[in-house]
Amino acid sequence: MSNATLSPQHGSLRGATLPKWFAWAVAAGSLAVGYGISAAAGLESDIQWALIAAVLFVVGSYGISAKVEGSRQAKDRTATSLVWVAFLLAVIPLASLLWETAERGVKVLDGYFLSHSMGVVADAEPGGGIYHAILGTAEQVGLATLISVPVGVLTAIYLVEYGRGKLAKAVTFFVDVMTGIPSIVAGLFILSLWILILDMGPSGFAGSLALSILMIPVVVRSTEEMLKLVPNELREASLALGVPKWRTILKVVLPTSIGGIITGVMLAIARITGETAPVLLLVWGTDFINANPFQDPQESLPMYIYLQWANSGGSGAAFDRAWAAALTLIGFIMILNLLARGIARWKAPKTGR
Amino acid sequence: MDITTQKPAAPPAPGPAAPQDKRAARGATRPGDRIFLGLSRGSGIFVLVLMAAIAAFLTYRASLAISKDEANFFTTFEWNPSGVPPEFGIAVLAFGTVVSSIIAMVIAVPISVGIALFITHYAPRRLGGVVAYVIDLLAAVPSIVYGLWGALVLVPHMDGLFGWLDAYLGWTGVFSWDEGPARSLFTVGILLALMILPIITNVSREVFRQVPRMHEEAALALGATRWEVIRMSVLPFGRSGIISASMLGLGRALGETMAVAMVLSPTFDISASLLNAGGGTFAQNIASKFNEATVMGQDALIASGMVLFVITLLVNGAARLIIARRKEYSGANA
Repeated sequence: MSNATLSPQHGSLRGATLPKWFAWAVAAGSLAVGYGISAAAGLESDIQWALIAAVLFVVGSYGISAKVEGSRQAKDRTATSLVWVAFLLAVIPLASLLWETAERGVKVLDGYFLSHSMGVVADAEPGGGIYHAILGTAEQVGLATLISVPVGVLTAIYLVEYGRGKLAKAVTFFVDVMTGIPSIVAGLFILSLWILILDMGPSGFAGSLALSILMIPVVVRSTEEMLKLVPNELREASLALGVPKWRTILKVVLPTSIGGIITGVMLAIARITGETAPVLLLVWGTDFINANPFQDPQESLPMYIYLQWANSGGSGAAFDRAWAAALTLIGFIMILNLLARGIARWKAPKTGR
Repeated sequence: MDITTQKPAAPPAPGPAAPQDKRAARGATRPGDRIFLGLSRGSGIFVLVLMAAIAAFLTYRASLAISKDEANFFTTFEWNPSGVPPEFGIAVLAFGTVVSSIIAMVIAVPISVGIALFITHYAPRRLGGVVAYVIDLLAAVPSIVYGLWGALVLVPHMDGLFGWLDAYLGWTGVFSWDEGPARSLFTVGILLALMILPIITNVSREVFRQVPRMHEEAALALGATRWEVIRMSVLPFGRSGIISASMLGLGRALGETMAVAMVLSPTFDISASLLNAGGGTFAQNIASKFNEATVMGQDALIASGMVLFVITLLVNGAARLIIARRKEYSGANA
């Protein structure tokens, strides 16, 4: 109400303000000048004139605004433009990453590529595919999931439903710390245990052991968060009916939070699917189809990308295959992410709020 | 009367305790509960044992290597563990790891805070939501894809920037450049910055979301501009959150393997110039040397991995402690 009556005479109460199109005008002007300067000076890189334009924009809008609106408004404008610049600076390379992968990846990505291995294809030749890598990734990630989900979910149940005292505190802290273990260190640990001490050869299973070290803390964390969301009234109601605690957990707590737990597990799978370093140390890689994860080297998608890149000798065919595999990997991970979010929204526990 | 009323009152006093004891006793004997408690506590203990085993095995293998090392493990500029006598040290790796991570942090932290502010305070609501979603998805892009993109797209695009830095800042020595391929620590730093950006952005965004609405509205009511609101209420509230987010990002940058191995062209010396190809990091060195290494060489690499493990443990532990301390006094959840 008061706003509406005041607005016609704002001139008397508020200082001078620049029109809304001011920022756009300065942006257009600084882009033009930046491009002009770089063209005149013969700078080759796009990054350079964009940087010049960004600096011109920030300085220009500060200067003009300080004259017209005063220094506080000018500072506000500078902060606004810096935030926008930060956003653009980050978006451009990240968009480039997705765009380049999609553009270069679709060249050789087809049914043949997905259903054939590299068996008799030399690294520099065109042809071949990623069937053996998809198979290896599926088996390694599947085994890692089989190991980490029970351990992770049970640990989370312990922390939320039973955990009191020092043991629970220690577990919480070390799960947090474990989240930050570099993947190569996890690989080194399994390597020193599995291959150097137990004297086993490289295999898909060794890789999945390392992957589950990376996966367990993620599963624990997300499951813990979900179990905490289950309203206490549900537990109390069940216990009051005389249901034993373990059945309360199995029949009441877990079903209530199952959507969130599945989401967490899927996000964890998405995370470990792209891990390369431990797989490189433990699974070694092969050009042939090896369906047995317990014996002999296997391939995996991220390792396939690395090996195609590393052994290409600069050949375009190998790079094309690497990009296509990268696109497949990103596609799989994105789909998993989207599905996980969908499930989270669909099965979100009703907290009554 | 008093006595008679007190006497009936006395039995109820132990009353609540007695059924509890009974219930506890019954709970303990109920096999389902016992098994379930045992299983879940067992998994918790398993996690602890796993961490201890990782530390123990790495220490054991590393000590084998270091005891045979004829040179100083921390100051030697050489990596020749299978030589006679074996000589190797982590000076170059420590330098490369620290420098590339510092470059990454210098670039990524301000930009991530900017994006987080953009999402929470500047962008139109719809755009903010989309950006937040895309950043979430980018956090899931595997490092190998960042590596491929870095090696085949980013490196060729760095030439212009490097030439420019060399022309105007070359006199400092830090930014001098010999026109070689841009497979240097600086490029690695930029790539790492891109990789840790999503994490730092996500955590800071969550913290900025928790800033009490009343603080911001109070500042606005006093006539503060949007920037003043952010400086006076959002940033002070979110400071510890930003610090711990940055440290989580730092932990990832320190341990990043494949992207660095694909972009860097490694040498075993320290150069003052960040733009010239060369240098190495712990993780990169392990990944690129492991397959050809002898048993002694593998032990030496495990020793360097052990150093990396300790560093990331310290960084992550510190980040967690800051987060935990913040939860206690922030009052954000009140």
